[in-house]
Amino acid sequence: MSDLGAYQGVTDTPYEPGFGDYVQLLKPRVMSLVVFTALVGLLVAPVSLHPVEGFAAILFIALGAGASGSLNMWWDADIDAVMKRTQGRPVPSGRVQAGEALAVGLGLSGISVVMLGLATNLLAAGLLAFTIFFYAVVYSMWLKRSTPQNIVIGGAAGAFPPMIGWVAATGSVSVEAFLMFALIFMWTPPHFWALALFMKEDYHAAGVPMLTVTHGRKVTRTHILVYTLLLVPVAIGAALTSIGGPLTLAVAVALNAGFVYGAWRIWLRDEAVAGADKYATEKQVFSFSLLYLFLHFAAFLAEAALKPYGLGGW
Amino acid sequence: MTFRPAHELHKRRFSRNLGLGLVLGAFVVLVFALTVVKVTRGDPMKAFDHKLDPQAEPVKVQP
Repeated sequence: MSDLGAYQGVTDTPYEPGFGDYVQLLKPRVMSLVVFTALVGLLVAPVSLHPVEGFAAILFIALGAGASGSLNMWWDADIDAVMKRTQGRPVPSGRVQAGEALAVGLGLSGISVVMLGLATNLLAAGLLAFTIFFYAVVYSMWLKRSTPQNIVIGGAAGAFPPMIGWVAATGSVSVEAFLMFALIFMWTPPHFWALALFMKEDYHAAGVPMLTVTHGRKVTRTHILVYTLLLVPVAIGAALTSIGGPLTLAVAVALNAGFVYGAWRIWLRDEAVAGADKYATEKQVFSFSLLYLFLHFAAFLAEAALKPYGLGGW
Repeated sequence: MTFRPAHELHKRRFSRNLGLGLVLGAFVVLVFALTVVKVTRGDPMKAFDHKLDPQAEPVKVQP
């Protein structure tokens, strides 16, 4: 029987994954943030790359991030199947086999690191390899299921892309690259904990020790305020370096005032008040945190774009 | 002779093959472009035209 005729009369065929199912393994929404921050890191660097090299650098940084996402989906398939938000992912929904996710993750890790090294430099490739290792092994395999500080330390994986973009252009790490890293690193905990407050996922059943579960929601609210306050000097400090300028400083002051005010409002509330308005404040602060990070990096980019006209920078 | 419409399974398999093919093609183009940029450092390439080129002569250092 030919292949074309094989399905005749067969109604219950096994699922054949399409190209989109494999793309979903790479967490495209996370990749979009990686592309943006890495692009800013690369464009604000004082050394400019050839456009083809720059394009390749961003592509392979994004591919490396996608590879770590695929490895995360392979490892976390058991807990993804328990939580509602992640049940539809390719592995727990059965569209892609766990082994395929592992193979895609390992294969893309190798390709992205080698190609970034060839396109730019070995330090950038080394940092990308470390980022993949950090997200897949340190965060996914170790911290995520063992400590309520998982988000704090695991946030480093998401903070590396602008630093890698900078290193791809300059070949070295500087205070500007470190502060861009620190900005995302310190931003991640309040951003994620604000989400955890209103996304009542069954972390306990999944065996994930989220701060909201292990220490309670009041402690989580306090943590959000403390980390938001710690974020302020990092954001202001970044605005005072060579990638900043008057515009970035003004944006940083306004955004941090808004973020601290939001965190303060979250801290003042308890579960009864939050439940009454369906976590309206927590949802507002979470949305604002997304805008916060986007506008900070957009300000760095605007500063670099204005420099040739004698307007940007200090 | 008539062809039966493709099964959903075949459509997904075709999308996967097409996607992979396009990705591999784009990868080849990118590696070629990177090679050209790396070899020429962004400058236009210059072929040997069998004529004397003073710029290609080594600099004569006076003793």
